[in-house]
Order: sequence, then C-alpha cells, then structure tokens
Amino acid sequence: MEIPGDLNPARGRETLARAQVLKRSWPFFLDLCVAGIGLACFYGVVRIATYWFGHAQPEITISLSPRALPLYAFYSVVRIGLAYALSLVFAVGYGYLAAYSRRLEALMIAGLDILQSIPVLSFLPGVMLAMVALFPTRQIGVEMGAILLIFTGQVWNMAFSFYSSIKSIPRELNEAATIYRFSRLQRLVQLELPYAAIGLVWNSMVSVAGGWFFLMACEMFVLGPRDFRLPGLGSYLQTAAGTGDGVAIAWGLAVMVAIIVATDQLIWRPVIGWSDKFKFEQVESGARVRSPILRMLRQSTALRELSGKTLAPLNERVYHWLAERRSRRIEALAAEAGGEELKARRRQWEFTLLRGWALVLVAVAVIYSAGHAVMLLRTVTGEQFLLILKGAGATFLRVNLSLLLAAAWTIPAGVAIGFNPRLARIAQPVAQIAASVPATALFPVLLLALVRVGGGLGIGSIALMLLGTQWYILFNVIAGAMAIPTDLREVATLFRFTRWQRWKTLILPGIFPYLITGMVTASGGAWNASIVAEYFRLKNQTLQTLGLGAQISAATDAGQFQILLLATIVMALMVVTINRLVWRPLYRLGETRYKLEG
Amino acid sequence: MALQIIRAERVEKYYAQPSENRIQVIAPTDLSIESGEIVALLGPSGSGKSTLLRMLTGLSEPSGGEVYWHDKAISTADVNVSIVFQSFALFPWLTVLENVEAALKARGMDAAERRRRSLKILDTVGLDGFQAAYPKELSGGMRQRVGFARALVVEPEVLFMDEPFSALDVLTAENLRSELLELWQKKTIPTRSIFIVTHNIEEAVLLADRIIVLGRNPGHVRTDFKVKLEHPRDRKASGFTQLVDYIYKVLTQPDAQPPALPATPAGRRAHYQMLPHARPGGIAGLLELLLDHQGKDDIYRLADDLAFEIDDLLPIVDAARLLGFLTVTEGDAAITATGAEYANSEILRQKELFRIAAVENVLLLRQIVRAIEAKSDRSVPEEFFHDMLDEQFSEEETVRQLETAISWGRYAELFDFDAGRRRFIQPAKLSVEDEEEKTESPEEIDA
Repeated sequence: MEIPGDLNPARGRETLARAQVLKRSWPFFLDLCVAGIGLACFYGVVRIATYWFGHAQPEITISLSPRALPLYAFYSVVRIGLAYALSLVFAVGYGYLAAYSRRLEALMIAGLDILQSIPVLSFLPGVMLAMVALFPTRQIGVEMGAILLIFTGQVWNMAFSFYSSIKSIPRELNEAATIYRFSRLQRLVQLELPYAAIGLVWNSMVSVAGGWFFLMACEMFVLGPRDFRLPGLGSYLQTAAGTGDGVAIAWGLAVMVAIIVATDQLIWRPVIGWSDKFKFEQVESGARVRSPILRMLRQSTALRELSGKTLAPLNERVYHWLAERRSRRIEALAAEAGGEELKARRRQWEFTLLRGWALVLVAVAVIYSAGHAVMLLRTVTGEQFLLILKGAGATFLRVNLSLLLAAAWTIPAGVAIGFNPRLARIAQPVAQIAASVPATALFPVLLLALVRVGGGLGIGSIALMLLGTQWYILFNVIAGAMAIPTDLREVATLFRFTRWQRWKTLILPGIFPYLITGMVTASGGAWNASIVAEYFRLKNQTLQTLGLGAQISAATDAGQFQILLLATIVMALMVVTINRLVWRPLYRLGETRYKLEG
Repeated sequence: MALQIIRAERVEKYYAQPSENRIQVIAPTDLSIESGEIVALLGPSGSGKSTLLRMLTGLSEPSGGEVYWHDKAISTADVNVSIVFQSFALFPWLTVLENVEAALKARGMDAAERRRRSLKILDTVGLDGFQAAYPKELSGGMRQRVGFARALVVEPEVLFMDEPFSALDVLTAENLRSELLELWQKKTIPTRSIFIVTHNIEEAVLLADRIIVLGRNPGHVRTDFKVKLEHPRDRKASGFTQLVDYIYKVLTQPDAQPPALPATPAGRRAHYQMLPHARPGGIAGLLELLLDHQGKDDIYRLADDLAFEIDDLLPIVDAARLLGFLTVTEGDAAITATGAEYANSEILRQKELFRIAAVENVLLLRQIVRAIEAKSDRSVPEEFFHDMLDEQFSEEETVRQLETAISWGRYAELFDFDAGRRRFIQPAKLSVEDEEEKTESPEEIDA
C-alpha cells in the first residue's frame, strides 16, 4: 500500500490562505454585470413566450438578411438549452432509478443500449406530427417536436454516465453516508451528484455538440405535403445554401462559430473549472482550468446575499424536516414492532397489486402498438424490402469507408499531437472548435461546392460522415498517445526500434483501447449521419443516392410510414449487432490485453 | 456487571451460490460489546473482520442470527454509532468543516449549533485552523483526524474503527493512537465503548481491554480474552511481549479446523488447499533471510526485520510451508533441507526444486499439469478449473486462487497460460515455435 506523503506545511498554509482571504477587485462592476445578465434573461424569456404562444406560422420565410441572424441564433440556442436542461433532469432521474431499483436495473440498462443505437432522425416525423396534433394552433407544437428530438439525441450518454458513476461510488463513502444517517436528499446532494459531476460535465459537452448536429437538420424538413420550418440558424444556413447565396452562408457560418466559441468560454470553461473540486483524487493535481467568468460569479456579493437569504434557510428547513421524519419513523417502528409490521405488510401488498395493474396496462399498450406496427410492416412489398436491404449494404460500406478514412488520417495526426506537447498546445484548441461546428451546418455548403466541381452525393455523404465523426477518433487517439508512458517510448528509442517496430509494438497497442472507444462512437454517429447525408434538397432539386439513410429520408418526405419503420428497425438492428459482434469484443480485448496500468 | 450495548446472537454470513453449495464467510458467532471497554478484533485477512464489524453496526444484515442494540433488534432501534474508515471516506468536495457538519446536518441540527460543535471537536482533534481546507490539501494523518472528528461529533455510544491506522505511516499512526487513548481515558468524549478492527497485533495489545481473535474459512472466534495490563502500556514490558507472542502463536498455529464448523452442507469436503497469495520471488527471499538467521527464527522478528506487516508476511510463510520449504512450530519458522537447498541454488535449479515441490504438494497445480498432458492439443480451458474451485471458494477467491496458480506454474515452467484464449497450455520450449506466444509472458525471458 502506498502511504500518502506528508503534508508540506508551506504549501498547505498557502492554499489555506487563498481559501480564506477574498481578493475582491471591482465589486460594484461585477454586481452590475450579474444584474445585467439577469435582466437579459428576463427579456429573453418574454421574447420566447410571445413567439411560442403566438399562432402557428404555417409558412415561415427565412430571411437571408444578416440582421435577422441574431434572433435566429437566439432561437436555436434556446432550443438547445431547453433540450439540454430536459436531458439533464431526465438523465439524473433515469440513472438514479436504474442504479437503485434492483428489479428495473437490467431492463433499463439494456434499454439505454438500444435507445442509444436507434437513429434519432427517423423519429422526426412521428414526433413532429404528434406534437403538432397536440398544439394545433400554437407554434409551440413544432418547437416541442424539435426540442424533444434533440433531447432523444443527447440524453442517453448522460444517463449512462450518471448511472455508472453511482455504481462506482467507493463502498466506504456509501457506508459513511449510511452510518451518519444521510437522507436520500443529502446523499444525492453531497455524495451522488458531486461524484458524478465530472462525468456529467464531459458528457454534457458531447451531448450539446450532438444537439447542434440534429438541430441543424430538423429546423427545416418536409413531411409529405407539409413543410415544417423553424426560424433558426439551421434553417438560415439551409436556405442560404439552397439559393446559393455565398454572403449569407459566410454570415451564418461566422455566427455559428461565434456561438460555439462563446459557449466554450462562457459556459464550459467556468463549469469545468467549478467541477474541478469534485475530482475524486487524493492529491491536488497541477493543471487547472481558469475562467474569469467563474471568478466573477464566485465573488459577486449580490449572488451570495441572494442564496444566503433564500436557499440556505430553505435548505435548513428541509433537512430538519427529514431528520424529524426519520426519528418519528424509528420511534413508531420500535414502539409497535409487531403491529407496524402487519400494517406495513398490508401496505406492501396493496402496493404490489397497484404495480401489477400498472404493469398489465403498460403491457397491453405495448402489445397493442407493437401489433399495429407489425400490421403496418405487412404492407411493405418484397421489392421494397429488397431495396431496403440493398440500401443497408450500401450504407454499411459507406459508414466503414468513412471510418477507415477517418482512422487513416487521425491516427498519425493524433499520435503526432499526443507525443508532442508543443504541437498539442496549438492543435488541440483548434481541433476542439473545429469539432464542435456541427457537420450538418457545413454540409449544404460542402455539397454546393461538390456539385459545382461535378461530384455527387455519393462522395458528399461520405464526406459528411467523415466531418461528423472523425473528431471522436482524433481526440481519443490523442488521449491514448498521451497516456503511453515516457519510459516505454524511451525503451523503443534505446533499442533503436525501426519505425515499423515502434508502431507495431508500442504505439498501436498503446492507443488500442482509446482507438476502439473512438471508433465505437464514430460508427454510431456515422450511421445516424447517413439519414441526413444520403438525401438532400438543393436549389429545388433532390439529390439522392442508394442507401438506408436515403430511404428513411425519402419515406419521411413521402409520408410512407411502413418503409420508414422498417428501415429504422433495420438500421437499429445493424447498429446493435455490429456493436455486440465487433465493437464489444474488441473493446474487451483492449480493456484486458492492451491496458496500460500505471 | 457492565451494560451490554450491542449483542450478537448466532450471527453468520454466507453468500448463496447458484448451485446448492453456499460460501460461508462467518460461522454462527456470539459476541457482545459492553460499556467501558475497548475491544480489538484481530484476524488474518479473509477472516471476515470487516464483515463482522458491518453486521454489528447494522450496516449489513446477517444471513442468520440477530444483532441487538440495547436489547432491541438493531434494524428497529435508534442506533447511535460511528465508524472511522481505513480509507478515511471523506467527501473530497466538502471542506473539513463541511465534512464534519454533514453528519450533524443529517440529524437536523440548526446551523449555529452545528458550527459550534464542529469547531469544538476540530479543536479537540487538533485541526484548529484547518476548517476551510479540502481533504486533498491535507496529509494522510490529518485526513484521518477529520475522520475522527466526524465520527466523534455525533457523540456515538460506540465508536467503530475499521483498520483506522493502517493507511498511515508508522509515526503518524503511533501519534494518533496515543491521542485517541488520551481522549478516551480522560473521558473528553462521551463515547462508552470502542470497537477496533486491526491486523496489527501490537496495536491491539496497546489499546484494548479485550481482544478477540478470528480464524478463517469460515470466520469464527478462536479466542476472546481480557487484557489486564496497566495503561500506559510499555511495548518492552515482559507482560506486553508475552501477550504479543501468545497472539502470534494463535495466529500462526496450523488451522486445525474445529469439526463443529462444516464449511459446506451435504458433507462435501473441501479438498483443495487454499493457496496463499505469495509470489515465488517472495518465498525465495524469505528463505534466504531465514538462512542468514541460522535457519530458524521467530516469525514476528522476521516481519520486523523485513519491515513487513505480519499480514503481508504470513501468506509467504504459509506458501513456503505448503511447499515443504519450512516448518512452523509455536510461532517459529525453521527451514527444511529442501528449503535450504532452494535458497542456495541458482535460478534454474531453484525452478526445478520449486517444480518438484509444487507438483508434490499442491493439488491444483498437479491437476492442471495432468489435464494438459491428457489433452491431445496440450491445452485446457481455465473455466474447467474455475468451476471446480468455485464449489469451494467464493468467486473472488477463486479468481485469486487461479491467479496464484498461474503465477506459480509459470515460474516453475509447469505450464503457461494464454491470457487471450484463457487456456492453460504447455510451456513453450526453448526452440522457438510460436513468436506470438513468447511475447506474452515475461517469465519466458528468464528461460
């Protein structure tokens, strides 16, 4: 066992001093900033509400004037924000339930696995129609559809992250919470959420990036005779590309990049800096993310006053009430152990009965809808079925080609960046920004260029998949290369390994687990991207190529739900099967054989 | 007669297995904690010390029997205990003060009172001025002080400690121990009883009014006696060393299993020896040291010489005894003729001696070798042995048994193990047949 090093008194005192003395410069200015932000939020809410609860605007025309852009961008950001908030709440709830319900756990985790693999975009028509039916006269219906869709695209990895965090809480921490009589609330606030915080933050970043990808696609789409359009950045870019307006495209992209940089600076960096204290580590690590915004929030007296007056007393009350409830329960339990038990048993029985009924109802509903779905599938003709299979094959080849291309450039590049700290300092932030620009935003532009030089959607779709997924591989390879211990690299140099030997015995095995992780994510992303990539409307013409994604999009356009359903099922099946048969064994191999234990 | 605070009646712990066998961790045991005493629970690893502690605190429910808290079943009683953990179990995202306050907050105490009590207890344990620090800014010893403060602030009737000093260096541990004893003796803390789990015999003799020694397979009480030595206790005093020696003897005596404790129902007898988890290199090292000590020495002194915890040394001693390299009587280890030859030989001869001893004495290794020889492709899946061991050991122990067997078998070149296919295979001979296999196991480099 490693014995932790002695306290360095000088360092300890220095950090303590930092914690106790508040260095406050510009207090008035900072408070003014906070107040300003508050006012802005208020105005934003009013603006959104008047728009949502206004009447449905059947044919929104997207203005290409740059002056319309700030409002469009604002609408898009609100959509992403709401979808993300919804995802966060749902992810925590889902993860919590899965971790603590022994009966539901297996089912819920299998569900996560499958839901993660289903191509989200094929839900679009169903969700949209349902939401529009729910709010026929209000704009909010279409908006809800878009938000729900983004939600389904970003929630699963967060739920899984929260679940696995809870599951991996060290046993003694859990026991300490029990022995010191933590209520469920206190356990959640002081143990589970902090322990899960870092995982949630990183997954949130991935999710929001994914959200942009889908938002761009679903702000403007056609279902049968109906044309759904939402004023936003995605529809602006699509319209701009559709009319071939180069200036508008440039404006749109500039705003897109600006939003991404701003999100990174104003949200993610402060959040990462804040989450630093949740690192479960024994010693303080050196590098920290600094953020002026975070400092501003921490030093604002207004904020502190506000929470001191409202949150803190409420908090005290809740804890007091919880503690009282606990002692009452124990008293009752001790007073009449026998009678209480009987009552408890009866209550339990009633509860079981209730649950039984609920279960039956759910089962009936599931069987009913599944039956209808199957009936729908029966109308698919053999010819159509064959076409779907052919399409599946074509998309399969395309997905793998894009993976191969991505791996071909990202492995050498990633290893070079990972081995060279100086290069990493320059390349990593650039790559991060490039990676967060949603590929769907670039796609219309890219396609326009391709068509001009005589290329088609065959190349275009692979390019889009590449655009969307190569980053996952690149970042993982960089991380893998960085994780290869220096002494192993020194051994390779010392024994004068040839370049080939170096790659075969050191680099490739070293990055293997990371590479696989990146490829799994990339593969899933590529399948999903195929729906957008293989079918595209440009300047009043529809570009289309053979593929499963194209069939899903075309079926959406034409309102052929049976084909949509079948194609979706085929795609989900393929993704799940490939995951189980190819990626999971490889992943396990990486975890066991190629794991570098330090 | 002193008041019984906690009483355990016939508590036991077992894990049900898919087959009808079950893994018995703790055999039915009676135990009580009385007010005014410090109880130390000693035992080798795997004797269920921590499991027993968790059952006594109500954290874990016994598989059979009942634990009483002031004569009420512990599941329905308002239990007031604390635990000091080996890993400290502090919340790294809370400051020292918040960590201590959390326990009071859970009891619904108001903010001002909470703060007053927490600051007072932090002062008591010597953490004055550190309240705003985060645990990761503190040294191990300081962190465990926070652990003590948190445990004491709720004024527990019984203070449980699960190897509280074993993650600390020797001096820090000594320091904390004596401070704790002082708090207890001067009645600075209202705690009425302390229960400490440890594997450090001296620690037990230093602190305890009563010592309980557990045996393993399954865990059971070997002996339970009062310590009548005056405080402060002197490690050099003859009464002290005699008691330490006595406990060593109890711990190192070959486990002659009391017949009253069948490990498994259905009369299925355990027939695999439990392989001690020791590396061949460690065995060689021990034997060489023993040879330097004229071939015979007290295990306690050997541990001291090596700066080993006895818990770390015992598996190595057990392994050497199992292989017939040494004998143990009354806490003394004596080297045998083969042991001496082994210690004096160069590496190839050592491997040969180890090979002979292993096949002769270790059933599992013998079976693996035979199974490989019997197969035409000279390979046997790991699963096969896993299933056989599984009937006797817990899942975790089975995996460890196989790991040890693989380590010994590879060293002795009895067999090799293909980690990719999870199969035991014949060791590659010097004529290079299969380049792939060779790169896998580092032992091959020696050959």
